[in-house]
Amino acid sequence: MITNTLPKSKFGKWFNDRLPLLTLRNHLTDYPTPKNLNYWWTFGAILTFCLVAQIITGIILAMHYVATAGLAFESIEHIMRDVNYGWLIRYFHANGSSMFFLAVYIHIFRSLYYGSHKSPRELIWIIGMIIYFLMMMTAFMGYVLPWGQMSFWAATVITNLFSAVPFFGESITNWLWGGFAVDSPTLTRFYALHYLFPFLILGLVILHIWALHIPGNNNPVGIDIKQPSKDTVPFHPYIVLKDLFALLIFLLIFAFFVFYSPNLLGHPDNYIEANPLVTPDHIVPEWYLLPFYAILRSIPDKLLGVIAMFASIFVLVILPWLDTSKVRSAIFRPIYKQFYWFLVADVIILGYMGAMPAEGTYLLIARVATAYYFIHFLIILPFLGIKEKTLEVPLSITEPVLGGSSNQTMAKDNSNLRDNL
Amino acid sequence: MNPDASVKALASTEVDISRVQPGQSITVLWRGKPVFIKRRTQEEIDSARSVDLKDLKHPEKDEDRAKNPEWLVTLGICTHLGCVPLTDKGDYKGWFCPCHGSHYDTSGRIRKGPAPTNLEIPKYEFVDNNTIKIG
Repeated sequence: MITNTLPKSKFGKWFNDRLPLLTLRNHLTDYPTPKNLNYWWTFGAILTFCLVAQIITGIILAMHYVATAGLAFESIEHIMRDVNYGWLIRYFHANGSSMFFLAVYIHIFRSLYYGSHKSPRELIWIIGMIIYFLMMMTAFMGYVLPWGQMSFWAATVITNLFSAVPFFGESITNWLWGGFAVDSPTLTRFYALHYLFPFLILGLVILHIWALHIPGNNNPVGIDIKQPSKDTVPFHPYIVLKDLFALLIFLLIFAFFVFYSPNLLGHPDNYIEANPLVTPDHIVPEWYLLPFYAILRSIPDKLLGVIAMFASIFVLVILPWLDTSKVRSAIFRPIYKQFYWFLVADVIILGYMGAMPAEGTYLLIARVATAYYFIHFLIILPFLGIKEKTLEVPLSITEPVLGGSSNQTMAKDNSNLRDNL
Repeated sequence: MNPDASVKALASTEVDISRVQPGQSITVLWRGKPVFIKRRTQEEIDSARSVDLKDLKHPEKDEDRAKNPEWLVTLGICTHLGCVPLTDKGDYKGWFCPCHGSHYDTSGRIRKGPAPTNLEIPKYEFVDNNTIKIG
């Protein structure tokens, strides 16, 4: 399917015969991509940028940071005040995680809308979910490193989730902490893992892209296309330039946070050094974890709350088999399209409730939203796939266009075109 | 990844309690965790002892929780997700955890909120009249 532009030089041929790295280059040049990809498809490239940027800024920060309870907080201030452009690197890294999650949420919801998780792309989706889970763990452990009050209590609350495990709870938490409470050994091991995980993510991203390049990209119409054909364009320059343009816009928003309100998404309590004797009045996780936090708190039982929280992520992993509809894109699924937006609203509501105190009306709304979240995936999706009357799907990307109208139903009717001719 | 020898070496702490007045409470650090030592007033002891066990989520008699009724020693860690509860706050005048709203009474027993069990009682003993050894 991909035309091999083999190396022309003698050395190039010699090298490529032994290690076909240069053949891989085709995946960045000739790789056929559907020509109707919209801007929601640019977030893969944006995410790759985010990962690389986090790794580079992270390595520089690691050169100046000290992962010991007595020195961590001080070393962060040292980075902010003394290290050359330390403030810039740290703000870029800290806001980078928020931008990373912003992009990943758009990327995930794009998949849900256009059915990119469905056959034959289930493995791409599952690898993506593992990446997402590792991202959450990495972000959480990174949040602990400044060793402020929010860091310390985030570490305490999250590691205590494991104390809900029957019988082994206490042994597990002591093993995680390397002590009897969150303390210096905990900080040091979180630092080691925070450094490791991004490279695991990088490896999984390679698998994610590899698995993507087997069936090729999904597209807004959600149909299988021939590659290459009239329906595709080469990755370079078409998609490369489009991705770069989208990245530029993304970086404008990124720069707004880094340069104009670097602490907007942070919490002032994290500029107070960790104190195991005082819990801040109101502890909240970073915004990107709030929906899960709301699910955790909405269940009155400790163990069941923890199970519900992990289940809310696991349900996404098995989504390709819960969503039974053969039609991928929501464009042709009028009822799914409505439920899709209900889900988006539901997740935003959950996020808002996660930031509010867990009492009274807030708690009630959080419980309803939690229930709806699971109903959407476990009941509505399997049922809808069987019952929903979908619109007619075009045979190719070009068909509706040549039909002369953006209206898919009119486009099917080619007599229109023939009459005009 | 289990606790190393240097961590385990700090496994017990002795506390001087001679200056704690009735009604006062102090917080000390033991194994990196806060421990509440509260010298209870008669009123607080009475309210803790008069509770019907049927009203408790995790039924324990106050007599079993405080060897010496005047002194209550508990871990200062909410049994829900490990925050430090605030002393003399909440609906039951004992402790209140600000993280997820658990209320404890003057015996450190859970009365309301998501915490599953009472505040844990660490192993401790009175070395003499003025000293408690925790651990």
